[in-house]
Amino acid sequence: MMLMDWYRNDKAAVWLMAAIVITVTLLPLGNLVFPADSPLRVTAYSISLIGKYLCYALLGLSLDLVWGYCGILALGQSAFFALGGYAMGMYLMRQIGSRGVYGNPELPDFMVFLNWQELPWYWFGFNQFWFALLMIVLVPGLLAFVFGWLAFRSRVTGVYLSIITQALTYALLLAFFRNEMGFGGNNGLTDFKDILGFNVHSDGVRASLLMVTGLILIAAFLASRSVINSKLGRVVTAIRDQEMRVRFIGYRVELFKLWIFVFAAVLAGIAGALYVPQVGIINPSEFSPLNSLEIVIWVAIGGRGTLYGGIIGAILVNYAKTLLTGWLPEIWLFFLGAAFIVVTVFLPDGLIGLLQRLPKRIPIRKVKAGAA
Amino acid sequence: MPFDFSHESFRQARHERNQLFTVRPEFVEGLIPSFSNNPILIRILLTDMKSSLAKVCFKLILLVLLYVPGMGSAEDTAAPSDFAIAISKLATASMQEREAAVQQLISLKAPRTLPILQGLLDGQLYKLREGDKLVLAKQQDTGFSLVDAASGDDLGIKESTDIQKIPLNNSLRARLRKSLGNLQLNSTETAIRIEAVKAIAKVLDEESLQLLRDRLAIEQETIVQDQIRLVLALEQLNSTTKSPRIDAINLLKNHPTQEVVNRLNTLVEKDDEGNYLETDSDVRNKAKTALAAINSKISLYSGIETLFFGLSLGAVLVLSAIGLAITFGVMGVINMAHGELMMLGAYTTYVMQQLMPNQLGAAVLLSIPAAFVISALTGIGIERGIIRFLYGRPLETLLATFGVSLVLQQTVRSIFSPLNRSVATPEFMSGAWQINDFLALTWNRFYILIFCLLVFALLLQILQRTRLGLEVRAVAQNRNMAKAMGIPTDWVDAMTFGLGSGIAGVAGVALSQITNVGPNLGQSYIVDSFMVVVFGGVGNLWGTLLAGFSLGIANKLLEPAAGAVLAKILVLVFIILFIQKRPRGLFPQKGRAAEN
Amino acid sequence: MKKLLKKVSHLAAAVALATSALGAGQAQAEDTIKVGVLHSLSGTMAISETTLKDTMLMMIDEQNKKGGLLGKKLEAVVVDPASNWPLFAEKARELLTKDKVAAVFGCWTSVSRKSVLPVFEELNGLLFYPVQYEGEESSKNVFYTGAAPNQQAIPAVDYLMNDLKVKRWVLAGTDYVYPRTTNKILEAYLKAKGVSKKDIMINYTPFGHSDWQSIVADIKKFGSTGKKTAVVSTINGDANVPFYKELGNQGVKAEEIPVVAFSVGEEELSGIDTKPLVGHLAAWNYFMSEDSTKNAAFIKQWQDFIKNPKRVTNDPMEAHYIGFNMWVKAVEKAGSTDPAKVQEAIIGVEVPNLTGGVAKMLPNHHISKPVLIGEIQDDGQFTTVWQTNKVVDGDAWSDFLPESKPIIADWTAPISCGNYNTKTKKCSGQN
Repeated sequence: MMLMDWYRNDKAAVWLMAAIVITVTLLPLGNLVFPADSPLRVTAYSISLIGKYLCYALLGLSLDLVWGYCGILALGQSAFFALGGYAMGMYLMRQIGSRGVYGNPELPDFMVFLNWQELPWYWFGFNQFWFALLMIVLVPGLLAFVFGWLAFRSRVTGVYLSIITQALTYALLLAFFRNEMGFGGNNGLTDFKDILGFNVHSDGVRASLLMVTGLILIAAFLASRSVINSKLGRVVTAIRDQEMRVRFIGYRVELFKLWIFVFAAVLAGIAGALYVPQVGIINPSEFSPLNSLEIVIWVAIGGRGTLYGGIIGAILVNYAKTLLTGWLPEIWLFFLGAAFIVVTVFLPDGLIGLLQRLPKRIPIRKVKAGAA
Repeated sequence: MPFDFSHESFRQARHERNQLFTVRPEFVEGLIPSFSNNPILIRILLTDMKSSLAKVCFKLILLVLLYVPGMGSAEDTAAPSDFAIAISKLATASMQEREAAVQQLISLKAPRTLPILQGLLDGQLYKLREGDKLVLAKQQDTGFSLVDAASGDDLGIKESTDIQKIPLNNSLRARLRKSLGNLQLNSTETAIRIEAVKAIAKVLDEESLQLLRDRLAIEQETIVQDQIRLVLALEQLNSTTKSPRIDAINLLKNHPTQEVVNRLNTLVEKDDEGNYLETDSDVRNKAKTALAAINSKISLYSGIETLFFGLSLGAVLVLSAIGLAITFGVMGVINMAHGELMMLGAYTTYVMQQLMPNQLGAAVLLSIPAAFVISALTGIGIERGIIRFLYGRPLETLLATFGVSLVLQQTVRSIFSPLNRSVATPEFMSGAWQINDFLALTWNRFYILIFCLLVFALLLQILQRTRLGLEVRAVAQNRNMAKAMGIPTDWVDAMTFGLGSGIAGVAGVALSQITNVGPNLGQSYIVDSFMVVVFGGVGNLWGTLLAGFSLGIANKLLEPAAGAVLAKILVLVFIILFIQKRPRGLFPQKGRAAEN
Repeated sequence: MKKLLKKVSHLAAAVALATSALGAGQAQAEDTIKVGVLHSLSGTMAISETTLKDTMLMMIDEQNKKGGLLGKKLEAVVVDPASNWPLFAEKARELLTKDKVAAVFGCWTSVSRKSVLPVFEELNGLLFYPVQYEGEESSKNVFYTGAAPNQQAIPAVDYLMNDLKVKRWVLAGTDYVYPRTTNKILEAYLKAKGVSKKDIMINYTPFGHSDWQSIVADIKKFGSTGKKTAVVSTINGDANVPFYKELGNQGVKAEEIPVVAFSVGEEELSGIDTKPLVGHLAAWNYFMSEDSTKNAAFIKQWQDFIKNPKRVTNDPMEAHYIGFNMWVKAVEKAGSTDPAKVQEAIIGVEVPNLTGGVAKMLPNHHISKPVLIGEIQDDGQFTTVWQTNKVVDGDAWSDFLPESKPIIADWTAPISCGNYNTKTKKCSGQN
């Protein structure tokens, strides 16, 4: 009953979810069932690539929540993504144990290498998976909470907020580059071996990671959707459209904003945690302000304020990047740059907006521009 | 057959080559004794010259030796053929043989030796590509004016492709400099003598001390005498009796140089057990008080230096942010391509220098208007082509201009290659303004600081005194009202954006003098520029100025204690916290227009 | 409803298309041998890596003119990892699984190498890595044709200490693993040579650091105590220009405080106004100014290929030149491009280098190289002022670090291990 309801209201979303479910079940099957020389065999390359796209999709979804629904143009979403990634990376590093090149059971290689005598306190506990999971949620969430609480309480809005979120991720970038921080500096965390006792490079683990990512993406989508459709969500959308009016009505705007900001940060953190074992490295460049800008662009291209717009945008842009960096390595940036310009100028509602405009019967979900 | 490194003869050859290098010091060390072998010089340097006749002779001969090369041929004691051999070796031989040739030239005592060596040191010694003739070359507007090194004959003007520079290495360079310095002590120019004394002070040995003492005996100028006395006082500290040492400290105290500080420091040093190395407690205490006085001066100077560093970093920040303050502050356009517009300015400087290879300084000055025009036109193009469709959607200008920045970067990469381009620093911007031994301000930073202030003043004038400025402010305050009053807002938008972009181009010219000119130039400044504008308060030029300078100074104050990275992080955290306190920056815009 | 269905079918088609495109190219006829080129063509590292891509294209072209390899033509597969480290891993996987390249020539930064390493090990590919690096690694699948620390840093310090009588040391570097390790090795080495701690100053700066005023002033102060001081610079790429400009402007002369750099070569110098730098030093294994017939031919070939008679050559290019020729020789020797066979055949292969000597692939997957120290001239070239009297074998595991001292790398039987501990007789760090 509820499902039918949903289907009637938001058909595209249902189909998108269905496509994701199909992808994450069929592809791993294609990888595991068919022998290596079969034409139907899905390569590990495709599996990890799709896995990466889905992580980006989750990240895009998280930004769509804060930007598309709450009007906060956060240029620091990559910070939460990277923090989640680092938490997972630390767990994976501890799993290497004494199989590192120096054979130190306690310290990761880069620490041995740089003469660290003992494990810094903030690395404690990461040998336990549950602890890492907790941190994946807690660290980005906490940072978002503190930062958001300060910023929203003092009514920092618009461009100012964008720029200080950028400052935040930039400061973290610089901090994580420092070798004294104990996160491996520029080389970051890499050369992972096991996750939960299974080899990260095995087909089975890759396939399962893809499935898990897909399922979490769907769960996150559903959760976001129910948040948006709840009373809280309606207030948040109202804040986006007319912050002053909502405040005068008597809502505590900053609390609503904070809620959605923290929720999105946690989603981004989870995306980062899923990303790291699939790409095999986490490095401070994930914090770079340019990465955050790129996320914004995914959402803009997909169409903001639609939830699935962020997902589609992330997948499409990254897919284009994969193809173009292989086909046209010398000039692909022209295409990417041009795409950004064209989409912003001519498709303010993104590709979703374009699709919705074609069949006139479906009402256009107007996103109020310049809401921030 | 491949070359075998283990082959004995080869090893031997390498060994000999290395031997040559280790013997090297002796070659040039011989320079000074060789001059004292010269009967004329011996007469000059080692005779106690009290008669005025001798002084006149001395000056005359030195004049001949140093400055009128070729005229001393009557006293040429060397066989010309040896000289010719040495000259040709200098031109064609490998580096280690060249050192031997230099040594030979010195021992030959030929009159042309000095100009040749001076030319070698100054990088003016070349050889003709055809025939390997050794020449002294000076760069002119039209090419290089050449003088035959061996004879001193004028050879006219040649293209730079016709000549090849004689390379030189550090050890040879250092020794040449020292030997020439010793000789310059007897120059006729007071300034050169003072410089020579200072140079000698850095490498004091018994020989140079003797030279100084001799010079003091005949020196007429008081400034030079004082300078020599100071250097001799350094030596006097080594005396075995107390009173000359105390006198020396008293003298040195008032003329602090780095050598003085180093020397005094050795007087108050302790050994590993904590006992003073200096046994005489009077001398020690005297040295301590002298040091304390000097150190307080030094810390004052280093304070001034830090302030200057901060201001100059601030100037760079202000320059890169001020164009943004206009486009972003006045128009509400978040221009992510701002950094790339600066990059265009820097590349303009490069192109100008390519067009005017013989007038680098003029090229840099001319690139200021050129860069302004190019970046402004590009900016107007961006505004007319893209941004005007996006008014009322400020955050989306960010996305479109980010696309523009990618395209501009890749364009530059395609045209100029991804490699950095070399932009030369003109003469007047090189080096430092040496105020004293402890304080020197680099010229390029100094000019950039002044340039920044000029640009700022000009911009302020434009915005407050011109019709355009009036219209820009009107549109910024209330677009619709301005339109109703008949202001062509479209035109004003284009001009404003052009102005902001042009300023970015001008900033690029300044940046080309201190950093890489490459496709990534813009990216490295964009985040900082936004910080400055936001910290200062959007839409307020004074805010941008103050923000840039205070962030620069804060950075430089923190840097010694925290290190470069941590200093930057701390400044960022400070900005984040500051924005919480004052959500609209240092100088918030007031009035109705300030609302979202 | 129909429209909706259509829409969704579009989406499904997109998914299908995506997957098929990703998995395509598996059943191609093998009439060419593919060689992967994995160098960033955009982003921050493009400045250094683009040249290496062109070098590879030139050499593959040359090999094809000579008739190819094993009777087949070589085909270069160029991809752009865009200075993005995870993208490096993705592109490496693409090259190995989709394009099925026989060998990959690529990477510049250590982090990019670390990022692709697991991929190469998993898929058993071959990577030729052409840049000087920090050592402490030897993978079965990677051939390190750049210098290890003992082929660059240690000889340079020896030269400064013995020939220039340097007593005080500034170790300045960008804050990442190569400078960190190099400086750590050098610090241990200097201390072993009796240099006291207060005569060593260590300074780290972030990537692309552009404001060097305070640091250069500090170096000046540190060097003003009367003892001969030198700067050992592991400052990375982009940060060098402002660094040298500041040195020049603050009047730090090469004769007083020489700077010896490990990351500044001809190509970096071509982007700098070299006048203030004259006399500063660099340690490499190749200089463009080296006088040998091979080098002259190589320079000519390069300038013709790139159609620019002023274009310079540099050390990593020579490394690719050596690496590529070694690979060709090993493939010919093995009679196959099969990585396992090539891995076995390539050890001991000798090819001429460009400085008039011979480079040999050692069992630890490093190569033997001469060490040259050159002074910068104002035409942007180096004049060699010192060189080792024979080639130095690359040492993967530094003897000056206590943890890595007992470790050796030897990929020949019976050890066949990249980090074999000679004390515990164990091979650690393997999957």
